[in-house]
This record gives sequence, C-alpha cells and structure tokens, in this order.
Amino acid sequence: MAQHQVNYTQSGGLPVALTTVDKIINWGRSNSIWALTYGLACCAIEMMASGASRYDFDRFGTIFRASPRQADVMIVAGTLTKKHAEFIRRLYDQMSEPKWVISMGSCANTGGMFNTYATVQGCDRVIPVDLYLPGCAPRPETLQYAVMLLQQKIRKESANKSQKPKRLV
Amino acid sequence: MMRPYTPKDNVQAKAYYTDRYWVAPRVPEEPVPEEGVYAEDLAAVKSAHEVLKAYIQRGQLVIHINPEDNFDVLKILKEERWYEMLSELSAVDFLAERGGFEIFYQILNLNTARRIRVKCFVEENRAIESVNPLYRSADWAEREMWDLMGVKVNNHPYLKRLIMPDDWEGHPLRKTYPLEGDEFAQWYEVDKIFGKDARDVIGPENRDPARIDRYDTERFARLGYEVPRGAPADMVDKTEETPIRYQEEEGVFLIKELSPDKSKVLDRRK
Ligand code: SF4
Repeated sequence: MAQHQVNYTQSGGLPVALTTVDKIINWGRSNSIWALTYGLACCAIEMMASGASRYDFDRFGTIFRASPRQADVMIVAGTLTKKHAEFIRRLYDQMSEPKWVISMGSCANTGGMFNTYATVQGCDRVIPVDLYLPGCAPRPETLQYAVMLLQQKIRKESANKSQKPKRLV
Repeated sequence: MMRPYTPKDNVQAKAYYTDRYWVAPRVPEEPVPEEGVYAEDLAAVKSAHEVLKAYIQRGQLVIHINPEDNFDVLKILKEERWYEMLSELSAVDFLAERGGFEIFYQILNLNTARRIRVKCFVEENRAIESVNPLYRSADWAEREMWDLMGVKVNNHPYLKRLIMPDDWEGHPLRKTYPLEGDEFAQWYEVDKIFGKDARDVIGPENRDPARIDRYDTERFARLGYEVPRGAPADMVDKTEETPIRYQEEEGVFLIKELSPDKSKVLDRRK
C-alpha cells in the first residue's frame, strides 16, 4: 500500500466532499443552464447582448444552443405571433426534461403593446412559464438576474422527482 | 383694451356638426399636359382600351381603367412604353363606400425615371387577372392582396396565403375585420395546439390593458421590495428595501460565496 506523505485528516481537508445526491445534481443543473436561442423580436437583441462579452453569460454556464435537444431553458425573447405559436409548442415539447421557460419582455408576458389579432396574448397560453421578466425590452442585467433566480429555483427543487406536470402537458 | 368679440351662441351645436377627426387634405389632381411623355403614354393606352379618368398627381400620371383590361393595359405600358418595373401593387378597401376594392399598380420606367399609377375598381367577390406573367414582382404582392384583403386573382401560379397561416379564416386588412380578431383569431392557437376542449381550461385572452386583479399583489412584487407569497396587499407598500440576493443565505454547494464587501462596483465606464 502506498504511503502518503500528507496526513489529510490532520492538515484539514480530506480530498472528499460529503454531500447529497440532490445537491450535486442540482449543482450541476443550476450551473449549466443551456438556453435555446429563441429570439422572436427586438428583445432578442438584448438577449444577444447578455450572451456577448460585456455581460458574458458563459460565466453562469449559460451557453446558447441552437437545438431544443441540447437546451434546458427556453428564453422566449420577443413577440409570439399566432402563426408561430404551434412551433414554440413543438420546440418546447422537443426539449428534454427537466426544462424551464423564461418569458422575456412585455410581448412574451402579455402580448405587450400588440393588442391585435395576430399576437398571442402571453406565451403562457401555449407553454408553461417559470419566470416573467418585465420590461420593453428588459436590459441584459434583468436577464442575468432572471438566470440567477432560475438557478436558485433549480437548487430548491428535488433532483430525482420528475417535474410537476405543468398545465396541459 | 377689449378683446374682439366673437359670437358664442350655439357653440355646442357647432361642435356637434364639425368633423371630429382630422380629414387629410386631398392631393390636387392636375390635367394631363397636351404633349410630353405622359401624353404619349396615355395616348398609347387610350388607343386600345377605355380610360375612365386620367390626371397628374404629384407629377405622376394616374390612369383609371376597367378591371377587365388590367393585364392588357399593363402589357402595352410595359412593352410599348417601357414601364418595366412594377414597384407596388395592392388593394384599398372601399367596401363600405363603394362595395369593392381599388387596386393600384405602381410602375416605373427605368430609362426616363417616370412613374405611372394604374388604378381599377373591382367589386367584392369579383376576381382580377394576374399580372404575374408580365411582372415577377406581382407574385407575392398578389398573394398578399389575396391573403390580407381577400381579392381573388385569376391565373396566379400559386395563390396561397402569404402572411397569415394557411388555415386562417378571414382577411385581416379589411376595414370590417376587428383589430383584436374575431372569435376564430382569438382562439386560434388554443384550438390548433390543444383542441377546442382546452378553451375552458385556458380561458379567454385578457385584452384589457387596464385590468386590475386583486391577486396581482400576491403574484408579483416590485424588485427589491419582495413580500412573502400570499401576503396581504398592505404589506406591499412598505418602504424598507429588501436587498437583492444573488445566492441563497446558507451559501451554495461547491461555489464561493459572493460577499458584497469584497466585490467591486464600477460606478463609471472605463
Ligand atoms: S417587449 Fe418590447 S422590446 Fe421586447 S419584443 Fe416586445 S416590443 Fe420588442
């Protein structure tokens, strides 16, 4: 048996961390929230700005993916039209569990200023939403804060429990 | 000094009879000059087809023709008078006043930089001939006209909705179409994705921007002034700020705690 020179027990720090499965899974999940690029209108510009170097989403482990299969969170950034509603639902269904949705900006929250025949009055009529960001458009700081809140939300969840059935899944 | 007297009797009645809305002034119509390029253009059209009305507006020739002649008139103007580009084509809704649509074709001669607007009036439910064989740009413009106005186009190679979804009902740019949509439009996404049964579960759209919901105070809170879930409304007005926390109080597993005293706040741009 190899003789170690360091007495770990005495120098304070076994190379072992004790934790629960929940904690370690949620640690992994909350620090690698990959987002589906879902830019629909002007809010998308702010979403891109959050991803770019000044605000730098990579710090949070949030990397934009162009495929729903690789994404954990869908950031609905912009005006959802009725023609597009079908596709947002399809892409949401294609994301693998666990999945979350951030609704960014007034348009995605309530239809915003587009009180017309062609705009879905809030994307929560079609997909379940976890976080609503107010603003038209919300600044990148708001989106950053939303991602941090989402991290806190994920850490509170139990890891192995399947997600609560959301409305009309 | 006295103010000049203006008669004030019957003020209310006057306000009642004047226009409540601003009426846009009409662009003056001038006669077509006896000679010049436009006179020749007009003569070329007149020799073959009936011209209902022709005048110059803002330096451009406007010709009103019968709707049956639209293809032939544009053909003459294109092939004999070299108006080779169709810059715009659409319909204007006159359903309430005249029971139909005014269709206009804005064409451009690239050599002389002159423009002509050819107009014709079609009644509702009457179709118009496609000018797609003459001008390729008419393809989408005619599809849009069909989609949003409901003017049918004969002999169009692919008359399908351009902007609205294929299974849409109605033509939304008609003045009779409600801005907030008819019943079909309001339930469109629900019916399509979840089926008609889901209408009860999801409920109607909230289209009242001034609606106040008593429960909003429970569901939403001002950033930095958060209240516990379900807190009574009077808790919301408190002036004391709750600090915005970026991490849970007990810290995060494997992640260094963010300490506000150690972090640096940039108060101006570099
Ligand atoms: S909320 Fe404002 S900024 Fe965002 S998509 Fe709508 S109109 Fe554009």
